[in-house]
Amino acid sequence: MSTLTAPLPRTTSAGPAPELLEADRQALTKKDTAADHPTWCPGCGDFSVLALYYKLIEKRKMWHEKICTVAGIGCSSRFPYFVQAHGAHFIHGRALPFATGVSLSRPDLHVFVFGGDGDAFSIGGNHFTHTARKNVKLTYIVMDNQVYGLTKKQTSPTSPIGFKSKTDVWGSTDRPINPMKQAIAAGATFVARTTATNIPHLLKTMEAAMDHDGFSFIQCLSECIEFFPGAFDAANPRKGGAFMEVPADHDVTDEYAAYKLADAEGSGAFGIFYQVQRPTKNANEAKLIADHRPKVEGLADWQILKKNFDRMK
Amino acid sequence: MSESVVVPPSGQSPKSSTIQEAVIRIAGNSQDGIQAIGGFLARLAGRSEQDVMTFMTIPSTISGGPSIFQVRIGSGEVLSAGDEADVLLCFYDHSYANHISSLKRGGIVLYDSDHVTPNEELLGAYHHVGVPISSLTVEAIGGTGRDKGKNIYSLGLLARMFDLDVPKLTKLIEERFGGKDPTIVQNALACFNSGYGHQVQGLWETFHFQHAEHGGQAQVVMSGNEALAFGLIAAGVRFGAGYPITPWSDIMELLRRELPKYGGTFVQTEDEIAAISMALGSSYAGRVAVTGSSGPGISLKTEAIGWASMAEMPVVIVDVQRGGPSTGMPTNVEQSDLNIACFGGHGDSPRVVLAPASVEDCFYTAIEAVNIARKYSTPVFILSDQGIASRIEAFPYPDLEKVCQDISPDFTPVADHKPYDLAAADGITRHLAPGTRVASGKYPVVTGLEHDELGHPTGSGKLHSQMNTKRRNKLRKLADEIAVPQVYGASEGHVLLVSWGSSKGPIEEAVKEARKLGEAISGLHLKHLNPLPNGLEAIFSGFTQVIVVEMNDEGLYGYGQLAAVLRARYCDPRIGALTKTDGLPWKVKEILNRALSVAK
Repeated sequence: MSTLTAPLPRTTSAGPAPELLEADRQALTKKDTAADHPTWCPGCGDFSVLALYYKLIEKRKMWHEKICTVAGIGCSSRFPYFVQAHGAHFIHGRALPFATGVSLSRPDLHVFVFGGDGDAFSIGGNHFTHTARKNVKLTYIVMDNQVYGLTKKQTSPTSPIGFKSKTDVWGSTDRPINPMKQAIAAGATFVARTTATNIPHLLKTMEAAMDHDGFSFIQCLSECIEFFPGAFDAANPRKGGAFMEVPADHDVTDEYAAYKLADAEGSGAFGIFYQVQRPTKNANEAKLIADHRPKVEGLADWQILKKNFDRMK
Repeated sequence: MSESVVVPPSGQSPKSSTIQEAVIRIAGNSQDGIQAIGGFLARLAGRSEQDVMTFMTIPSTISGGPSIFQVRIGSGEVLSAGDEADVLLCFYDHSYANHISSLKRGGIVLYDSDHVTPNEELLGAYHHVGVPISSLTVEAIGGTGRDKGKNIYSLGLLARMFDLDVPKLTKLIEERFGGKDPTIVQNALACFNSGYGHQVQGLWETFHFQHAEHGGQAQVVMSGNEALAFGLIAAGVRFGAGYPITPWSDIMELLRRELPKYGGTFVQTEDEIAAISMALGSSYAGRVAVTGSSGPGISLKTEAIGWASMAEMPVVIVDVQRGGPSTGMPTNVEQSDLNIACFGGHGDSPRVVLAPASVEDCFYTAIEAVNIARKYSTPVFILSDQGIASRIEAFPYPDLEKVCQDISPDFTPVADHKPYDLAAADGITRHLAPGTRVASGKYPVVTGLEHDELGHPTGSGKLHSQMNTKRRNKLRKLADEIAVPQVYGASEGHVLLVSWGSSKGPIEEAVKEARKLGEAISGLHLKHLNPLPNGLEAIFSGFTQVIVVEMNDEGLYGYGQLAAVLRARYCDPRIGALTKTDGLPWKVKEILNRALSVAK
């Protein structure tokens, strides 16, 4: 069985492939894009992100088959099951390298990665840094609730000092990660902050991220009403807080200004902190291929290989 | 070669003997370029239609250290790198001291008399030939490069000694060193010609290889790692991801260098886990991808391998085994990753494990691995080892036009799709590459959670059992497709020696030797280790004893890793084990002696 001669069956379903015309297509509504009913608790901030993902698909006329939704493990990482599109639910913390494999292989797809603070900054911390520095073209939305929800209230890497959890019954003492500073330092080319309670802002930020050519990262504050209720009240005007947008005169290409913004006291600012254009990993690899292809122009793959083998005679 | 007593002949000029084969061991330091001499000899043998096999040791230290390269060239079949050397070329006292015992009695030790002082007591046991190699090299190239080039000078000496094809060697040297700077190839040729022209004092015998006949078929000469990487390219793999680790790095370096020509990409990732995750992402995107490592990296990848098993995602995982556990013996050979390849990870996670036996087999195993991964939608391990990875062999030039295949994804829309369809006629999962439109509007999710037929999570124990059955049964189906292996030697007898991986050659050579001695010993090589081929019990029943020869520890219960699997599988008390973990490939004599003692 050294070679496969017969083509493999593609699907087990009976019936011929129907003729589907692109011209007949209507923008997908929530009815088309909603899949399983979310498993989240009523009142969870993640519902907003999901609703606006549907909205984004509709508004930007994206098609089911061109969207790839990838996630790791956690409450928010259940995302792919709730979206009627090609999706992958991978292992804990490794959604980014998986999505990188998809993105680098398939420039025709919109790759969206969803996850939580534990998945992104704790178990997946290494991948966060390296996907940012490689500037892989994909959008990463982290629903940060500052607590482990799926495993029922343990300290997360973004839990504030003093947060009482089942693993820190006296209050957590470890300094939390600042995801914005971390993203900027790692070399992310789009770094934005939003919150699940400000719908227009959330949609606007998701759109800007999607349009960015490179690694676009959004920290979306998303309250866990079960294990950390009220965590983000200070940023929610309906709860007596203040929603502060990134100042109009902020220069998004100024790394130090972005860093300073990320260091603000209190509930912080919302909006795009940092955005620059840098060649993506996708573009760099495509260039490498474009540089090599002329040397083997007109040759079939086996003839390219033959050139190597002839040198090894 | 003759094993004559070391007594000088009376004649003036050295006598010339025609030989079938020779084992040449070159001992020096790793920065001396001794691998280059071995490489030239191997490549020359390949071009002369001779069989060749090499063996090398490399220090795991950063800046060199003692190193050897052994090459066995034969006009007939060469199954191992040879137990004893006919000629030992040594550059230093430590090379002489450590390797003189690997020389057969009466063999020739060619030494650099600038650095080596022979042991007086050994002068009668070996034929000593001293040449001031270092100073003659400096003389040959005008002293500009110090003694750099003494390897090529020595190649010239060997060429004279073995009456090698000088025009072919000259061409090889030109190909190797012909680059931007013409003085490099000039110096190399000056060294070679000077070595070739040197009148060696005290050399009584020169040799001539018997003409080899391979029917004019062209051969290629390469290492196992090279063959494996090229096999992946031939199979249509266009994406890979990996993290550097000895002895796997050569494969990733080659893929990184070559894939762009084919429109492909290889990514060096931040860690081992990212590597397999990225490969799985790319496989999911529509085309089987590759990742690889050696033992420590494989340990890190196990969770993702479990995902591949659960999500039924095709992927090829190369494990170039080295001595373990932990960091272990990075540059030594061992076969102790069979358990992790077959069983590593939590839960029931069936996967396929193949082990190539030779350099040529690395090429074809890579293709088979890709094909099995696609056909059965499963992770497939290629369990190579340090022994094959670095050794150089010649093998018949493959029919590249025939073996190269295009495995690009097909995005033709489908009516409906259930990746984990329990009613599928062949029982095998099919994934649609993202980008494929599904007319029903129901799109699949690939997942590591237990799932229903569309890939959505389930807590149903019934579905979990059904899916476990599905994942396991497809590999039983694969087992039906694997050819029953052939016994080497008679199909009945006293002892059956079972081999896997790089031990095939030395074991078959041991069987050959044993049968010459009239012993009823046969061999059986297993390439498919998980699932095992069907019909082994019938083969075993022809023998009184079945001894699994493997390079790993006998474990708590006295059996090597494959022996333990076979005992569990067949409950056959005839199955025993012959194991070792000295970090070196099997010597034919080691196997023969142990097999004979069992046969008694």
